[in-house]
Formats: sequence, structure tokens, C-alpha cells
Amino acid sequence: MIPLEHFLLLSAALFAIGTYGLLARRNAVLVLISIELLLNAVAINLVAFATYLDPGRVAGIIIAIFVITIAAAELGLGLAIVLRVYRLRSSVNVDEVDTLRW
Amino acid sequence: MTFAQGTFYVLAAATIISALGVVVVRNVVYSALLLILTLSLTGLVYLYLYADFLALVQILIYGGTVSVLLLFALMLTRPEQYRVRAHTQWPLAIIAAIVVFVVLAYQALATDWLGGRTPVLERAGPDVLGEQLFGPWAVPFEIASVVLLVALLGALILARRTEGES
Repeated sequence: MIPLEHFLLLSAALFAIGTYGLLARRNAVLVLISIELLLNAVAINLVAFATYLDPGRVAGIIIAIFVITIAAAELGLGLAIVLRVYRLRSSVNVDEVDTLRW
Repeated sequence: MTFAQGTFYVLAAATIISALGVVVVRNVVYSALLLILTLSLTGLVYLYLYADFLALVQILIYGGTVSVLLLFALMLTRPEQYRVRAHTQWPLAIIAAIVVFVVLAYQALATDWLGGRTPVLERAGPDVLGEQLFGPWAVPFEIASVVLLVALLGALILARRTEGES
């Protein structure tokens, strides 16, 4: 049996990599991709806790299903906004989109 | 070490390497493809947690739909944008990532999660999940469907080409 801690370490590594991508990459689509990595790391944690600490009730797995659902909604909306910004500014660089008032 | 444990560590290493590839690779199309690989490998990790239904959901949704969505978004933005120029924030980002990892890993290892008990690992099949989803979780389930509907309409309205736009 694999110890619970090893799943948590895998999740922590994925979360750290996602944090790096979120802060370092400038392409808006890549920022959204990094957010997917972060949500995915959280989902691993939830499923690991559900299996090891909450047998039979599977609350963590159901929350992980909701995480996947909300991630899909978030990605769809985020990409729509990116396409909109690209049409207005001809750029998907998040540093160039810093005007809050038009 | 049993065969299952060995394959888990190989899988975990592959997941981390492909996740690193997602944030490091210069070409954003490769980044998107590596993301699909990372998320599918995570689906396989769920198999080690006895969550086979979730593993299938993960691979179906991320391998099937999210990949298409991402690649379309990359195709609709200009090819010259695919090459990302030098980013200046990366030293700070590395420090932040290391801090996040150290804190999370320390907490994961320092906490006594099981309290001396031996966990009973049970398979959470579709039957169990269905009973839970439509029983105690019915209200969040309905709210999630409304959220999806609103997100769908919002994305349509946002991405639609309006009059006079090129």
C-alpha cells in the first residue's frame, strides 16, 4: 500500500509547479493552463483524503467531481475572455492588458 | 517494494516531469499538449486511490473536451504569439513555488493523518457515487448544472462577434 503522504507530496509538487506557471508565464492561455494544474493538485488531495480517511462516504471524490465541473466552466469563460481581449488588443500578453477603464 | 508501488512512483515522476514541461516549454501548443498528458496521468493516479469512476471522468473530460477547447483558443490567437518572450518575473516565481512546496510538504509529512489506524481502502464505484450524488449531494449537483448553463451562455455572449467588429 502506498502511504497517504506520498500522494500529498505529489499534489504539493504539482501545486508548486502550477504556482510557478501562474506567476512566470505571460500568455493568458498559459495562465489558464496553470490554474488547471493548481485545481488538479487540489483534486488529488481531496481524493486521497476521501479514500484514506473517509471510507464509504466518498465526500472527497464527489467534491473532486465538482472541482472538475467548475474547472471546465472556468476554462470556457476564461478562454472566451481571452479571445475577446485578443480581438480588442491583438495580444494575449497579460502584462499588456492592464487598463481597467476604457 | 511491490509491483504496484513501483509503477506508482514511475507514474508520479512522469506526472511531475510533464507538469514541469507545461510551465517551462517555450511553444504554447506543446504546453497545452503536455497539460493534457499531465491531467491524463493524474487520472491514472486516481486508479491507485481506488477511484476508477473519477479516473475515467478525468481522462474523458480533460483528454476529450478541454484539450479541444485549449487548442482552439491557441489557434484563434495569432501564431507569432506562440513564442513567448523573456519573462522577467521568473526568479520571484521560482521562490514562490519553492516556498509553497516546502510549506505543503512539511505539513504533509509532519501531520499524523491516520492517528495510528490502518486505513481500509475501498473501491468507490459508480453505484456508491451515484447514490451519494443524488442523495445528500443533490442540491450542490443541481447548482453545478446551473453554473454550467450560465458559464455556457456567458462564454457564448463574450466570444460572439458583434456588429462592426473585424
